[in-house]
Amino acid sequence: MTSIERVIRFRRYQDIGFQVLGASLTVIALLVLGALVLDLAKTGLGRLSWSFLASFPSRKAEQAGIASAIVGSFYVMVVTAFTAIPLGVAAGVYLEEYSRRNWFTAVIEINIANLAGVPSIVYGLMALSLFVYTFGLGESILAGGLTLALLILPIVIVATREALRSIPQHIREAAYAMGATRWQVVRYHLLPYSTGGIATGVIIALSRAIGETAPLITIGALTFIAFLPPTPFSPRPEEDGGGLYGPFEWLDSGFTVLPIQMFNWVSRPGDAFLANAAAAGIVLIVATLGLNALAIVVRNRMRRRIRW
Amino acid sequence: MRTRIGWLGTAAVSALAFGVSVIPATPAAVAQDRLVRIDGSSTVFPVTEAVAEEFQNSTRGRVKVTVGISGTGGGFKKFCRGDTDISNASRPILALEMALARENGVEYFELPICFDAITVAVHKDNTWASSMTVQELKRLWEPEAQGKITLWSQVREGWPEHKIDLFGPGTDSGTFDYFTEAVVGKAKSSRGDFTGSEDDNVLVRGIEGNRYGLGYLPFAYYAENMNRLRAVAIDWEEDEHGPMLPDMDNVVKGLYNPLSRPLFLYVNRTSYETKPWVKQFVDFYLDNAAELAEEVKYLPLPERAYEMARDRLRSGQTGTAFGGVPEVGVSVEEILARQPTQ
Repeated sequence: MTSIERVIRFRRYQDIGFQVLGASLTVIALLVLGALVLDLAKTGLGRLSWSFLASFPSRKAEQAGIASAIVGSFYVMVVTAFTAIPLGVAAGVYLEEYSRRNWFTAVIEINIANLAGVPSIVYGLMALSLFVYTFGLGESILAGGLTLALLILPIVIVATREALRSIPQHIREAAYAMGATRWQVVRYHLLPYSTGGIATGVIIALSRAIGETAPLITIGALTFIAFLPPTPFSPRPEEDGGGLYGPFEWLDSGFTVLPIQMFNWVSRPGDAFLANAAAAGIVLIVATLGLNALAIVVRNRMRRRIRW
Repeated sequence: MRTRIGWLGTAAVSALAFGVSVIPATPAAVAQDRLVRIDGSSTVFPVTEAVAEEFQNSTRGRVKVTVGISGTGGGFKKFCRGDTDISNASRPILALEMALARENGVEYFELPICFDAITVAVHKDNTWASSMTVQELKRLWEPEAQGKITLWSQVREGWPEHKIDLFGPGTDSGTFDYFTEAVVGKAKSSRGDFTGSEDDNVLVRGIEGNRYGLGYLPFAYYAENMNRLRAVAIDWEEDEHGPMLPDMDNVVKGLYNPLSRPLFLYVNRTSYETKPWVKQFVDFYLDNAAELAEEVKYLPLPERAYEMARDRLRSGQTGTAFGGVPEVGVSVEEILARQPTQ
């Protein structure tokens, strides 16, 4: 056997070795994840029922539920989405398509990269002094939603820029050649083509926000709340002044979210509440998986429509 | 193409719209709500949660109660600014917080509502440590013990010559503060080589799985796990009656010292006097605290103490009985008999 064959054979073995290593690591990671989900399901599935979803927190584990947490999580996500998406997409478009490369944009870019890595509790501290005290928003859904919006803003900006960058340069050049203004290029070509990528980034960012606890506890999210925020245009009780609730009064309501409810239950004495925490965990995982699945569907549909 | 980015435009417009329209509208809405706002210690939370739940049931949801868990310090920060009506506290208000309240013109009632008994727990099969003196606990937990007192036999002669595994709450917890203050003599002064966790359930599991383990935790965690842990009777040299186990009888009679501590409710005076629903809630709290505290494994005060607390509200005695300095081993009756200062 010549030496060259020996070298080739050695390289082949190396190749196979790496494949085996990679595959087994993947399997290990998946097994751990699977075990976690299974364990959660084993503890929590028994508690999962309609009444668990529709009841308020209680000192009695069997009667406690996550109604206020589900609704709170939903409302907070609405505020977060409505703030982070326009701001993040606009910032991404500006940085990618409009801004010139100078020290100013360099500073902004470094800051965005850094912000993406800041621990979430720091956002909570900042939001406490800015939103809760300085702006006087109190411990409201609005303050909570804005806090999480700040938290995911860097992710949305980065996703937007990536999506814009993946559009071939000749699309822009063709549009300019036809006399389009920069706004027209953005409005009629770049944004439509990048919607899939942006939406994917946004949804993944939202599924991160839905699991956050620390910044919301810092700004004063509640743990016990046995009522729901006022539904727009629902009747207000007579002793509170009567009439109808305004369209945005829910923004000012106190709230709790799913991970806070879980955290509270896990740390309580005794095992009875552990099943509740696991059941809430299942709901949270389903919500997150649902969001991620939505992201995949959106991306695939958008991809199919675009041909260049 | 137009429609596809339509939703982005809509999002931006509506975000602006609600941002503008909501902010001026909110203060009026808050003033109309019958809301009792409570925040503070997570130790007191289960009791207040139980009371809030029953209270909401009894008013059929006409009064809303919210409870947060920012911790005793975090709760006082909001309370002393006048942001909350009631603060849960696992220790009396401190001098700095008193000053903040004075600055903001916040007057308050200090009401003890139940006991927590810090329980020293060992493994079920531990046959030797049925009681310990406070002196022995001090020798075991003081900072100087670190790396030196590592065997059971060093705590008391005749105990096994085996390594002792220690478990205790994390340094941010009020239980840690109170235990070190009561046993070592100085709050937060402790050896560092023990397994610490902010989650007391972790301590339970640690002691449960370790025949030579010892740890301290809030009574409720021991009470929920009595079949897995054994409590150590505490012998305080400063009283005469010998070793005492943490149980309802001993704590309520004031015999489990110095490790039983009162938990407090601080009530904003203006809220109590101007918002009828806050008064209604506080009165309901005092009437039902004993029963509900017991249900969530806390220890009720003697009936007389609740009577004295009601007197305090009736006669409008605001302020604290502690003068901004935490103390250990004081009976509730004595706390309530003192003339409080603002």
